[in-house]
Amino acid sequence: MIQKGEATIFEKSVPQRRAIRFPATEGLPSSKDGLPAEHRRAAPAALPEASELDVVRHYTRLSQLNFSIDTHFYPLGSCTMKYNPKINDQIALGPRFSKLHPLQPDETAQGILEALFRLERALCELCGMDAFTLQPSAGAQGEFVGVLVARAYHQKRGENRTEILIPDSAHGTNPASASLGALTPISVRSNVRGRLDVADFKSRLSPKTALVMLTVPNTLGLFEDDILEIAEAAHRAGALLYMDGANFNALAGLVKPGDLGVDMAHLNLHKTFSTPHGGGGPGAGPLGVKKHLEDFLPVPRVVEEAGLYRLRGDFPLSVGRVRAFFGNVGVLVRAYCYLRRHSAKEFRQISESAILHANYLKALLKPAFEAFVDEPCMHECILQTDPKRMNGVRTMDVAKRLLEYGFYAPTVYFPLIVPEAMMLEPTETESKQSLDEFARAMLAIAEEARMTPERVKAAPQSLPVKRLDEVGAARNPDLSWPGRVPSA
Amino acid sequence: MFVPTTEKERQEMLRTIGVGSFDELVGSIPEKARNPSYRLPKALTEMELARHMEALGAQNRLPLSFLGGGAQEHYIPAAVWAVALRGEFATAYTPYQAEASQGTLQLIYEFQSMVCRLLEMEVANASHYDGASALAEAVNVALLDFDGRNPGRRGAVKKVIFPETLHPHYRATLKTYFHQRADVRLECLPCPDGTLAPSVLAGYVDDSTAAVAASCPNFFGLLEPAGELCRAAHARGALFIACVDPVGMGILAPPGSYGADLAVAEGIGLGIPPSFGGPSLGLVAAKRSLLRKMPGRFCGLTADRDGRRGYVLTLQAREQHIRREKSSSNVCTNQALCATAATIHMALLGPEGLREAAELCYGLSHELASALTDVPGFRLKFGGASFYNEFVLQCPQDASQVQRALLKDDILAGYPLGADYPWLKDCLLVCATETKTRADLRRVAEAARKLPVAAAR
Repeated sequence: MIQKGEATIFEKSVPQRRAIRFPATEGLPSSKDGLPAEHRRAAPAALPEASELDVVRHYTRLSQLNFSIDTHFYPLGSCTMKYNPKINDQIALGPRFSKLHPLQPDETAQGILEALFRLERALCELCGMDAFTLQPSAGAQGEFVGVLVARAYHQKRGENRTEILIPDSAHGTNPASASLGALTPISVRSNVRGRLDVADFKSRLSPKTALVMLTVPNTLGLFEDDILEIAEAAHRAGALLYMDGANFNALAGLVKPGDLGVDMAHLNLHKTFSTPHGGGGPGAGPLGVKKHLEDFLPVPRVVEEAGLYRLRGDFPLSVGRVRAFFGNVGVLVRAYCYLRRHSAKEFRQISESAILHANYLKALLKPAFEAFVDEPCMHECILQTDPKRMNGVRTMDVAKRLLEYGFYAPTVYFPLIVPEAMMLEPTETESKQSLDEFARAMLAIAEEARMTPERVKAAPQSLPVKRLDEVGAARNPDLSWPGRVPSA
Repeated sequence: MFVPTTEKERQEMLRTIGVGSFDELVGSIPEKARNPSYRLPKALTEMELARHMEALGAQNRLPLSFLGGGAQEHYIPAAVWAVALRGEFATAYTPYQAEASQGTLQLIYEFQSMVCRLLEMEVANASHYDGASALAEAVNVALLDFDGRNPGRRGAVKKVIFPETLHPHYRATLKTYFHQRADVRLECLPCPDGTLAPSVLAGYVDDSTAAVAASCPNFFGLLEPAGELCRAAHARGALFIACVDPVGMGILAPPGSYGADLAVAEGIGLGIPPSFGGPSLGLVAAKRSLLRKMPGRFCGLTADRDGRRGYVLTLQAREQHIRREKSSSNVCTNQALCATAATIHMALLGPEGLREAAELCYGLSHELASALTDVPGFRLKFGGASFYNEFVLQCPQDASQVQRALLKDDILAGYPLGADYPWLKDCLLVCATETKTRADLRRVAEAARKLPVAAAR
């Protein structure tokens, strides 16, 4: 009984209508003559048939159903939704970078190789690391590479270590990456201060521990203030310390992870280095390591030899390739552009502003929403909705009502260890005015929860759709528009 | 710098927070690690950055190129990125709040639909990093499926078989993903004739084989007997994974038509420029029976409280943020912006545009093959086999030298295969797409004719 929303492009399709045409093939060999029947497609692919205007209008209209950084304050915690400078897109998509073929000889690609080399060096400097691989396509792939590097390192030393210690507040990708790397994740408790419980950590540390994975600042927006002790204990036990750098936007220019005893760290370039999130990627998740792990990094690597930049693949201890070609180079170019716009001092101002803004927002919201840990936060803060104080209004209701006030919602129900969690990350690029407006909306929603809770629970009413039937969607998945039934 | 906060506002904020100085906010950072020194270059203004990048860009050469090798350049209509780069698409994130993300969600749903239609497969996910990691994820699905079908054998070694004609980077990626698994063995079969003979494959597939993966067209551009390979895999209960060329689908038999259980493809060319290898996207599609073992995101059509059509991320119970270490994949993001471009691209081309592009690829590459093999000393390495738009050209000397010599004429004639296939040191992998003209083909053939070694014959 589904009513019509914005029709799909398939419904707008009209047989025989065309947009893009290609030059005639007269005189060229034809597949009809040369291609054996078994390799020939029987019926054309059932793609939409539309004019160029049909297509442009359809997708422009779809875009208008989205909230985005360019149109809305987007305080989605842990995602660092900061402004993405336009020049970076323009440069990365310019022909001198976007038309480069990945198999071009090195001497014809010196510009891009130099940019990648310089990006690696700058990331090393910001992180206090000795080497970086730019290959991982996303943070999760960076983690996976980190797990493989740790395995290879211990194997080289003749040690069979099979466990990874991961705090219970960690992103789900951490334990999933551990499993993918065939190591066993062991969960470590957080303490009442929202930090890793050092006693629990030490009790789980053993000669089987290959790696300790910490997110710094952690997903509660707090700096792991015992990190030096954790690093020392890990190293004494023969384990390596990995830092999930998803939240590096709080640290760039302020602290070098390498100075904290971290052996390797991945960064999410789409977060700290401001490449567009694109509705869910592409990102890039480079991994930085200290000297003792450099030999294990994936291939190929960019090297400089006698004034020439080259891609080299001959590193016998390398964990290998994690994808085809070099990496998400277009993302790396944007990150390099962003990096060059800032001095070290400015990176520090960025981190400080991100921290300042999060604490300011937390202070403004304090009258209505409790902070999970009541002490200064880093670049994001975790607040809670108290349904008992709010007539049964829950965090999800607040999130949905916020959309009607014209703000994207914070990350909700994460980290998993905080009931009714809201994770707010305002970033450094939002102005005091946006923060004030957002806070006013949050406080107004809290007031509504007291006076007219049904209004909050029924939200949203004014958006393109109301709350959606997720249970039905998962039970009987409709994942593609009914079309020609596959002949197989 | 993009921080709007003025010094006055900063002071106001600190007052509201109730601290005297910023340092009070970061007291939990160990004193000794705070404020290190950095050696970074000075900041550039936007204009200086543009100049710097122009200078770097000038160090990148764009010769007349016949490189393919898994990253083919295809024409990208202007409308693709004009729309895809709209801030509402480019600066949104994963559609966690469905009501405020219907644009991205409907687009992904349409993407999944188009991929299913392109490949004639039943389900497709919201995309993966690239073709190689997409294949690794598909292999993982096959391994999970094998375990599910063979509960008694859990832990025993499972084989994954592929020919050496699979892209070398894909083979290397498989090795990286699975070498640490004690229960997985990767077997690479030699193909001296350029394709995998079904009878050879049949000799290797057994009851412990979880999957056979092959690409069609393969790395040499040749059309593998995919249907027969698929039947040989099925005969022993193994799944068949096909790697295909998405633009080639305009004229080539789609993997669903010959019974592939999983299909993957590299998205470069589908509205996505080569960009030195990325970002692009990996297409991942499967038979419906494998749906719940598949990695990555899915968008589903559903209804809101009023029965109005709407879209949500669905089947999330499989994913890492719910199942953590028990999830089958650690994938979090997809390549949504590239999927956006690919969707718009496919909509603009339509069935007929895609067919025309593929037909041009076929026609131009075959004409190029004739023109080059007319030059004395050059011949097709695998002469008898059918190819789509890429072929292995045997040269009268080391192929790297041929490549280098032609580069002097500003032509990138192809990819020397010797580094990946030592037995093909004198071979170039040559590709032509619809981006080439017949004049371009003549130019490379004439340049080849003038090579000293060709002229000497």
